[in-house]
Amino acid sequence: MPKPLEAVNDFVVKFANVNGSGSASANGLFAKSVLRMGVPASSRNIFPSNIQGLPTWYEVRISEGGHLGRRGGVDMMVAMNPETWDEDIAEIEPGGYLLYDSTKPLPKSKFREDIFVIGAPLTAICNRAYDDPRQRQLFKNIVYLGVLSALLDMDVAAIEELIGEQFRGKDTLIKPNVHALHLGRDWAQTELACPIGLRLERRDKVGERIFVTGNDAAALGAVYGGATVCAWYPITPSSSLAEAFASHCRRYRRDAETKKSRYAIIQAEDELASIGMVIGAGWNGARAFTATSGPGISLMQEFIGLAYFAEIPAVIFDIQRGSPSTGMPTRTQQADILSAAYASHGDTKHVLLFPQDPNEAFTFAADALDLADRLQTPVFVMLDLDIGMNEWLVEPLSWDPDRKYDRGKVMNYEMLEAGAEFGRYLDVDSDGIPYRTLPGTHPTRGAFFTRGTTKDEYARYTEEGRPYVANMQRLLRKFETAKRYAPRPVKREAREPTRFGAIYFGSTTLAMEEALETLETRGIHLDTLRIRSFPFHDEVFDFVASHERLFVVEQNRDSQMRSLLTIEGEVDPARLVPILHYDGTPITARFIVKAVADMLAVVTLAPLKKALP
Amino acid sequence: MTYIVKPRLHHPKLPINALGYTHRDYEGSISTLCAGCGHDSISAAIIQSCFELALPPHRIAKLSGIGCSSKTPTYFLGQSHGFNSVHGRMPSVLTGANLANRDLIYLGVSGDGDSASIGLGQFAHCIRRGVDMVYIVENNGVYGLTKGQFSATADKGSKARRGAVNTDSPIDLVAMALQLGASFVARSFSGDKMQLVPLIKAAIQHKGAAFIDVISPCVAFNNNPESTKSFDYVRAHNDAVNQLDFMVAREAITADYAPGTLETVVQHDGSMLRLRKLAPDYDPRDRVSAMTYLQQRHAAGEVVTGLLFVEEDHGDLHEFLDTVEAPLNALGENELCPGQEALDRYNAAHR
Ligand SMILES: Cc1ncc(C[n+]2csc(CCOP(=O)(O)OP(=O)(O)O)c2C)c(N)n1
Ligand code: SF4
Ligand SMILES: [Mg+2]
Repeated sequence: MPKPLEAVNDFVVKFANVNGSGSASANGLFAKSVLRMGVPASSRNIFPSNIQGLPTWYEVRISEGGHLGRRGGVDMMVAMNPETWDEDIAEIEPGGYLLYDSTKPLPKSKFREDIFVIGAPLTAICNRAYDDPRQRQLFKNIVYLGVLSALLDMDVAAIEELIGEQFRGKDTLIKPNVHALHLGRDWAQTELACPIGLRLERRDKVGERIFVTGNDAAALGAVYGGATVCAWYPITPSSSLAEAFASHCRRYRRDAETKKSRYAIIQAEDELASIGMVIGAGWNGARAFTATSGPGISLMQEFIGLAYFAEIPAVIFDIQRGSPSTGMPTRTQQADILSAAYASHGDTKHVLLFPQDPNEAFTFAADALDLADRLQTPVFVMLDLDIGMNEWLVEPLSWDPDRKYDRGKVMNYEMLEAGAEFGRYLDVDSDGIPYRTLPGTHPTRGAFFTRGTTKDEYARYTEEGRPYVANMQRLLRKFETAKRYAPRPVKREAREPTRFGAIYFGSTTLAMEEALETLETRGIHLDTLRIRSFPFHDEVFDFVASHERLFVVEQNRDSQMRSLLTIEGEVDPARLVPILHYDGTPITARFIVKAVADMLAVVTLAPLKKALP
Repeated sequence: MTYIVKPRLHHPKLPINALGYTHRDYEGSISTLCAGCGHDSISAAIIQSCFELALPPHRIAKLSGIGCSSKTPTYFLGQSHGFNSVHGRMPSVLTGANLANRDLIYLGVSGDGDSASIGLGQFAHCIRRGVDMVYIVENNGVYGLTKGQFSATADKGSKARRGAVNTDSPIDLVAMALQLGASFVARSFSGDKMQLVPLIKAAIQHKGAAFIDVISPCVAFNNNPESTKSFDYVRAHNDAVNQLDFMVAREAITADYAPGTLETVVQHDGSMLRLRKLAPDYDPRDRVSAMTYLQQRHAAGEVVTGLLFVEEDHGDLHEFLDTVEAPLNALGENELCPGQEALDRYNAAHR
């Protein structure tokens, strides 16, 4: 029998539930209570493509040290789903704890020898306390939260406070919930040895940080960035972005006097229509976006090409998930990198942004709207399910009060009236970006006909080769110009000089940072570069050039970012070692540590081996 | 912003409209369609309608899909912004454009392949949303641009040049538009300018989704006399339910018609439509009986034309969404960005 795990403010709790059983709110309450105690935490929902009945999990990482990525492994399992019992039990660390409903006795063979089993007769407690079957079910979740609060020595006042906030306005619900909480807590305190080895203690380490999902923050970024048109088609995990935009708009975008809307949201008939509307609105000078996921991006291909060639601003949030529709729709991945970067037909390339968390999702959402206008092209914001739908603890959102929207090169009435030369596809200052006019601007000047590539610099119809090539070259110059405006990569040097580097992006960041710390304690040092946008800045290739081997860490099967690097930078692929996590769950620090250590053991020669513990 | 109209120098004898523009100011570049193509007549009718209504050309946005028909926006309204989008998807682009600026006039031009085949979905949905637009399908029952394949409005049993026989039932876009809730539905014939011009004018003045199915023979691929989309067939079987004399508000109604043969529809902007009834019992305000009449006449091999349905105050998408009066594309930071204080409150609510 191993020693029971002992930890204060640094452990992983996982809840295994049945979808639709009402567990989500109790589990969320747990995570938020930890935060209220001043201890940093993050949570991840692992849920099925189902409304009721299938298994769902909620994993809470508690880390006073601020490691909020997924660590890997579980220290305390709250096993409430008989169907997934065996796999849930198997996931517990040796010396870890299991909390389960012991109303019905289970044979000894259902448990493990090397874990600490805590049975609480949750069903029996609820059956005694409630008559209504629905109440019995719902309050069972709060009762296990009560038991857990006693086991982990939580500050019950923090939980009560949150219950009060959660049901503000529905005050009659506060008392019964607090009562249920104490049913569990009191039972545990009298019947069990509380607390266990895992404990929570009040700290002041959360600070000003906020607990939000990336979709909510990105939608707010779209509001701040001035989006007025949103066209979308429901698809997990992107729907909550469009829905959040709608609710933010109801709050922030109603005219104070007339109550009329300063926005238009259309739930379109499909993704073709969504992107078509976005392009129509962008052509006509409104800031517009759509939110979708892989299958939606597939449907949008033709329009994305048109927008690229016709140079129309559009913002596309791609909340990446497993694909296709019957793939892993409710699991996370970073697997649309290539299909977004080169979306559509012909020679096309697109600007991609890779936010690392909800805070950056907010910023990049607003930035994307500026970039799309500035560059007159589609811009993708590459979120994923992990960032989009999970609540993350991030720095508070902020907005520069002096910030003005960058509407790009739009020739207005005064300029046209003053006689400025207008050629829709004329590169006047060699940044590859031409001026555009909006319909309705001037009675006699600046009108033009928008089409694909059969055109000259003045948008006159031509099918000749020379203007075509010149136009395509200008589009390349424009893509080069994009680097001036897109967020630059973030470089971090290892504590000691090293020949090894790692490249990563998006939601991998937190797990990566934790992995780096662990690797360092083992004497493995890696310089890192976090890519924040495509086209790649020169720093990216300088970074590659200055390291002998580089790990490219990503959450897909085909090392898509690595491919993109080799296509765009003519990098020797052999120097880029892929580390790939793509089972649908967010990547963990332990996974990265193991992969890096294993690879180094293989790829390095004697000198490095010495450094390994 | 003000729009100062500056008429260009013109031949002194060319008639000018209320804006000081001549017919030429509404023209586009030279058509590259086949000589005799019905589509060119529709372009001419659009030009004439806009000239007669004295619309500032730059306040019209013309959008199309792909096809010979969808090429035509190049051939009219050269002072208007145009958008040749992708095959079958003009409706979504037009919808987005309309959302961005509710103050312009939106003219969507499409073909039967563009709207009834590849774009049937978008056709249906933009109509049921009530987008404020004029949606013209230049219907020739064939794919012109790709050289003669069947479209979804092709007659069942018709033969293509290379011998293929169409075994699919045709789609009647007018019947669909009625069912989908269009608030203005008409059918006309490219060869009947007298009928077509007033219909286009009325459709432009109409607020909401105005749909006009214009039979427009393709002389290259589908003008054989058996084709219901041929010049000969339509001339022989044209069953016009009414004759629309479009008139603006300031003109008086002249009452030199027998009682019961004249009907007046007042549109939301005050303009009046004067309808001379040709089918005595036809009521263009009754959606259900319009649908029935169409089916009956269609079964008899007739092509029903005229203003088939109109609902004056149906409203449009902006009304349904309750958007502000100002065009959304004219709003800036002050109107759109909630600022740091609101963000502070948001932050506080997420702790
Ligand atoms: C996605 C796509 N598929 C196919 C085509 C080829 N295409 C161009 S026009 C056309 C048919 C046009 O028919 P219609 O709308 O009836 O126009 P018409 O030429 O008869 O006026 C087709 C199939 C295309 N442009 N795009
Ligand atoms: S092919 Fe038919 S539709 Fe196309 S231009 Fe010629 S006649 Fe008109
Ligand atoms: Mg056709």
